[in-house]
Amino acid sequence: SSFFNLFSPVKLDGVIDTHISLNYREIPPKPTGGVTIVPPVKPDGPQAFPDAEKANLPVFTMDYPRIQIPFEITLWVLLASFAKIGFHVYHKITIWVPESCLLISIGLIVGGIMHSVHEEPPAVLSSNVFFLYMLPPITFSSLFLLQVLWFAVVGTLWNSIGIGMSLFAICQIEAFEVQDINLQENLLFASIISAVDPVAVLSVFEDVSVNEQLYIVVFGECLFNDAVTVVLYNMFNFVAEMPVVEPVDVFLGVARFFVVGLGGMGFGILFGFVAAFTTRFTSRVREIEPLFIFMYSYLAYLVAELFAISSIMAIVTCALTMKYYVEENVSQRSCTTIRHVVKMLGSISETLIFFFLGVVTITTEHEWNWGYILFTLLFAFIWRGLGVLVLTQIINPFRTIPFHLKDQFGLAYGGLRGAISFALVFTLPDNIGRKQLFVTATIAIILFTVFLQGISIRPLIEYINVRRTNRNLDTINVEVHCRLMEHTIAGIEDLCGQWSHFYWKDKFMKFNNRILRRILIRDNRAESSIVALYKKLELQNAMEILDTVSGDISAAPSIVSLYEEKKNSGKPKKKFLASDLKSMHDILSKNMYKIRQRTVAYTNKHALPNDSQTKEILIRRHTSIRRSLRPGSFQSSVVPKSHKYFSLPAGKSLESKFPPTRLSYTDDQETMSEVAYPSRRSRFHQPGRSSSRAMMPLQRLDTLKEAPSVDVLDESTGERGRMGHGMSRTNSSSSNARIPAPRRQFPPSVDHDSSSADNFRNGHHEATAEEEEQQQQQQPSSPTPAWAAETQDNTAQNPLLRRPQWNPKRK
Amino acid sequence: MGSSNSSVNNIPNAQELMQETGFSAAHILRLHERFEFLDKHKCGQLRPQDFGAVQELALNPIGDSIISAFFSPGQETVDFASFVRILAHFRPTDRNQSRDGAQQEPANSSIRKLKFAFQMYDQDRDGKISRAELLQVLRAMLGIQVTEEQLQSIAERAIQEADLDRDDAISFDEFRKSLEKVDIDHKMSIRFLR
Repeated sequence: SSFFNLFSPVKLDGVIDTHISLNYREIPPKPTGGVTIVPPVKPDGPQAFPDAEKANLPVFTMDYPRIQIPFEITLWVLLASFAKIGFHVYHKITIWVPESCLLISIGLIVGGIMHSVHEEPPAVLSSNVFFLYMLPPITFSSLFLLQVLWFAVVGTLWNSIGIGMSLFAICQIEAFEVQDINLQENLLFASIISAVDPVAVLSVFEDVSVNEQLYIVVFGECLFNDAVTVVLYNMFNFVAEMPVVEPVDVFLGVARFFVVGLGGMGFGILFGFVAAFTTRFTSRVREIEPLFIFMYSYLAYLVAELFAISSIMAIVTCALTMKYYVEENVSQRSCTTIRHVVKMLGSISETLIFFFLGVVTITTEHEWNWGYILFTLLFAFIWRGLGVLVLTQIINPFRTIPFHLKDQFGLAYGGLRGAISFALVFTLPDNIGRKQLFVTATIAIILFTVFLQGISIRPLIEYINVRRTNRNLDTINVEVHCRLMEHTIAGIEDLCGQWSHFYWKDKFMKFNNRILRRILIRDNRAESSIVALYKKLELQNAMEILDTVSGDISAAPSIVSLYEEKKNSGKPKKKFLASDLKSMHDILSKNMYKIRQRTVAYTNKHALPNDSQTKEILIRRHTSIRRSLRPGSFQSSVVPKSHKYFSLPAGKSLESKFPPTRLSYTDDQETMSEVAYPSRRSRFHQPGRSSSRAMMPLQRLDTLKEAPSVDVLDESTGERGRMGHGMSRTNSSSSNARIPAPRRQFPPSVDHDSSSADNFRNGHHEATAEEEEQQQQQQPSSPTPAWAAETQDNTAQNPLLRRPQWNPKRK
Repeated sequence: MGSSNSSVNNIPNAQELMQETGFSAAHILRLHERFEFLDKHKCGQLRPQDFGAVQELALNPIGDSIISAFFSPGQETVDFASFVRILAHFRPTDRNQSRDGAQQEPANSSIRKLKFAFQMYDQDRDGKISRAELLQVLRAMLGIQVTEEQLQSIAERAIQEADLDRDDAISFDEFRKSLEKVDIDHKMSIRFLR
């Protein structure tokens, strides 16, 4: 096929329609994956410096052709991005109209403008560009999540074949004048339009808080069906060019399908392992860690393209593998960087593709055939619906929560077509006679599905009340208890080391722990390191606390007093209005921790994969532990006190380090007593390490015994660098009620104020704590809101922030 | 697993456990494997930190409660038999189980499942879910954006709905009643692997 010519100089003429006329030479692909074609287009000879004899040395010159291409590309990217900003300025729009629609519309407008002035759109969309630069980011960026294969592979196959066959049948009807399209071409076209694009759908699903199972399935399906589609496309493409198809070929085709798919996965895993292994040694070169990640995934993609196997699968599996191992090896910073960059690239690519869809729609010549196109639409619908029905019937018995009809409707209706179809159809080889028709039909389908279905899916889902995350018609009790039960079950399953039926996964995990992790992870512990995870998440959380301003959190000061009041007031029965109830249900459904699916992380397109759930849980865990170790409860607790230490890394003894200091910490009066610190320091002080190590009194979860990791220092210095920013934030948001009831047990004192100056210097989130504290000096009379204070304590205690002066001033 | 029977016999009281809990030999074997896996120090007993080593459990909002449910009050360790007995609660209910009246309530009956759930709230085992206990669990389960006020309201409402005898706490019967429309068997069962 035409897009596998990786190493030969490529000219783009003829691949797309005549409007696109950019020549460029293939250069070693850049890691950024965005649209970064930098052709070495040299003008004919130096223009900037005319013959010296003829003119004086030019003081001011302009050399547009030199920069033309990158300049235009940049402008396009910017334009599309501005459009994106624009949408979100007026938030209401994005609720009703999916972003892809908006982007396409803008593209249409721009295309219209360009068409009317007979300009050519920049020739950035070619098969090569798409597959080498744009596709990887899109797939890669959604790859830190896991998926469900079933709908993807089988569903796409079903759709393609179904649509292809029916269209072929239609073609036989003379009235439509499309008899010249043979079966192969029909199948090819069908495979193109089976590719479902999740973007619009998922954002709607999220807003409507549709149940996670559905979300996961749609997302997973879309992801994998991209891969399947491309595979099918290649196959059919190949087949379509053959004059005669024999049974042998069909068989070979099937075999090839498997080779392509599994080969892709194999390559991905291979590269993932290599990447993991490499990152094992990168502790001294933290800055380039993200580079490895990107390079390896891109390499996986390219090598897969080289062998003409499914590059998307390769990159998917590569990222998956990497995520698991690499996350443990790289520093927190690198993780964040990677996520950010990946999301950014994916976003750019996606934006651009939709944008160009709009532009190209106007500027290409279309071949319209009512019959063919309408039937295509019809069949696309029908087959998808049927496919969903049949497939859910088959897998429902295996699911813990079967899909209802409403879910299935959501699934079927959510099959919007988009970027992949668009790109694929453009790269059809020209020897397909009816290519224009296909192009037109594809564009028609995309526009139809994106606009019509995209806009209407939201009201429809709300109307038919697709099963939400624990919503409606339940009493508060039921809602809460059901969620509790789900958590219980999840916990028990984790305890038993199993989850639904994956015996092999269990086996694999054993293998993994024994062998793979030893090889691939630098700091290997038998069970994954809660400690490192905790540290990472702590930091993330701390940063996020500052970064977010939540609208519906009431001002902090009132809460404490309110609580006090309530407690004392003999509890009159409170009347709950219907609106109260509704808002309670809303709160519950939006805020209860979703059961951790082992196969997914629920993420917003615009946000990074959200670890806040896990980190919050960890923090709460930590604080609940802390709370239960109050002086009072310590002795009399029904639960054996040893319980609370379960988050110690295995092998640590219980009593060795923490109890005395813990007691003293939670003591109201002597928070950071000198008693605590010296003992700490003597235990933990390692020569040559920064004193910050000593400042982690209550982070018994912290990796004290971890191999010295340079990143701690780096990050701590980095943190200080950030504090300027953070500081202004905290100053302005004094009622930052992200932590609702910040109670500190520190006695208010002048001393405190002076020390806070130091603290500001040392940590932004800690500064938050200080600020809050200065506003509410409460003596905690009940343990309940203390979790919030604990949270701050936690963050305040973050060992990654150096606070060399903190201790003395605290007394 | 053909050889399972022979290895099951290596496990003390295996037959009894099977009788009592309804697990099959293969289940018991597998649970035993898991027990030994968790039991890092090979002492035949599990301690809380062994449970805690399961990372996902640590991330669970009510992980603490789950773990403490394994330990009877005063106990510091769990042996295999107790481990299995507790897990037996989660076996799917046998629909066509015929019980003669004399037989003890099977471990995996709905009532026992409910009791387990109740225990998740009722940490001090006084038979009632007090407001504070409810709040604690709620807090654990809710994300960070919920204010204290809102939490209080929700807890208040929950108690109002369920508390029939106006003692400002939810007893087990009230708990059960509030969940009568819910399919407990379905929600509180897991399929044990063989």
